Amino acid sequence: MASLALAAPRRVPRWLWAVPPLAGLGLVFLYPMALVVWQSVSPDSGGHDLSGYGTVLSSAGFRTALLNTVWIAAGSTLGCLVLGFVLALVIAFVPFPGGRVLSRFIDIFLAFPSFLITLALLFLYGTVGIVNGIWTDATGAAQGPLDFLHTPWGVLLAEVTYFTPFVMRPLLAAFSQLDTAQIEAAASLGARAPRIVRQVIWPEALPSLAAGGSLVLVMCLNEFGIILFTGAKGVTTLPMLVYSKAILDGDYPGACVVAVVNIALSVALYGLYRVVLARGTGGARRAGA
Amino acid sequence: MWTVFFALFLPVFALPFLVILVASFASGWSGAFPSGMTLGHYQEIAHGDSPHALVTSLVTALVASLAALAVGTWAALAAQALRRRGRRVMDALFMLPVAVPSVVVGLSLLVAFSKPPLLLNGTPAIVIVAHTVLVTAFAYQSVGAALARLDPAYEQSAASLGARPSYVLWRVKLPLLLPSLTAAAALCFALSMGELSATMMLYPPNWVPLPVSVFGATDRGALFSGAALAVVLMAATLAVLLAVSRIRTKATYR
Repeated sequence: MASLALAAPRRVPRWLWAVPPLAGLGLVFLYPMALVVWQSVSPDSGGHDLSGYGTVLSSAGFRTALLNTVWIAAGSTLGCLVLGFVLALVIAFVPFPGGRVLSRFIDIFLAFPSFLITLALLFLYGTVGIVNGIWTDATGAAQGPLDFLHTPWGVLLAEVTYFTPFVMRPLLAAFSQLDTAQIEAAASLGARAPRIVRQVIWPEALPSLAAGGSLVLVMCLNEFGIILFTGAKGVTTLPMLVYSKAILDGDYPGACVVAVVNIALSVALYGLYRVVLARGTGGARRAGA
Repeated sequence: MWTVFFALFLPVFALPFLVILVASFASGWSGAFPSGMTLGHYQEIAHGDSPHALVTSLVTALVASLAALAVGTWAALAAQALRRRGRRVMDALFMLPVAVPSVVVGLSLLVAFSKPPLLLNGTPAIVIVAHTVLVTAFAYQSVGAALARLDPAYEQSAASLGARPSYVLWRVKLPLLLPSLTAAAALCFALSMGELSATMMLYPPNWVPLPVSVFGATDRGALFSGAALAVVLMAATLAVLLAVSRIRTKATYR
């Protein structure tokens, strides 16, 4: 039937319908991206060469930013995986009534922007924040003990808080498909909780953990709001460097060079995430069949 | 286990929003409890530029999410009609903005549209275009997933009864997709309301959305006004999400 409809005269070919949205995407996304790459090889002095890359890549500021970006993202991802796994385990296997409400809460949480977390942390752990206030009230000291929000640790704490639900989501989905009979069988054979987690639950969780982890890694690499709000001069990451070069210094070719590096890094990791995701769901389907 | 749950979950996830909410009413807070309750911060922001910022954010989010919904739905429908390889290419292209850092999306629009013939830099349009680019992927993804779940029997029976493709699309497919479309629109709206990264690169002085004014307030040390603005932002977002009621999130779509 479909082939008959296709063969009918004066009907536009199907691929033609894809052209208008692709043209729109091309104009406002693909063409500007190509211009960024072009600008990165066009220094202000004129001509086209890779000298911009040489200058930027060899600068200490860039290398610090790259290092910061990678270790903060990796650390946050690790934190999200640990916290997300524990929380998902508790929510999925410890029966309690508010589970529905809770997943609704997670949904709303994820719809809010990330910088709100940093704002809240400023009230909680800032130099004139609640925890330091309690400390100075209790001990009479002039200053509280906490002053880490302007350091990478503050960024790390905010990112772990904000991105953990992205790990919990796929994990909860995986746990809901887990056959409880398996767990009951293991328990009746005398396996204790740690062993059940290790041998029954952990293998099932692995694909979701890999998918959630790589997604969080990409989002942490690209995170900007959290770092902007900490106002930390010491914490420069790649997106922050793009912003400061372009907006504060007006150095567009330099910003474009950093942008190209950032794009390469995060698109490669995002590609990896899609592969992991496809493998994970494919594996689940095979196991189910 | 319950204690573990309450020791981990509540402080980590619920506390941040509670703190912002309470702080927005506090006259001062550097101890265990706020030193007093006041509506002063709200009165203060009501007389400043903030009402304008709220309207700016609402208009931007509305236009961007509707545009993203239109483009995303069209692209998802077109992709579904393609063969396997074509569909893959469409998927890759339309999901690409998710992989690219938002700051870089902002930079690219600055580079591309700062000179004629398309001079958008300095106009509200460049902010709206940026938000549209960033949220279209979510609309595409969500509508695509809904299309894949759709039972082909409906359109086949409509077609076998002689309905033209355009009629099938308007009277069968789109009504069946309606719940997913509204959910996608709500998500796009919420994401656009909270967008900061690309907006920081692009916003002209006469088009300052709420997240930027929250940043402006906290950056000059007015944390409590910042909290009040953030509460306004959350309330507006939440109102729209609840109005649409079928809340889905980034995590379900990615």
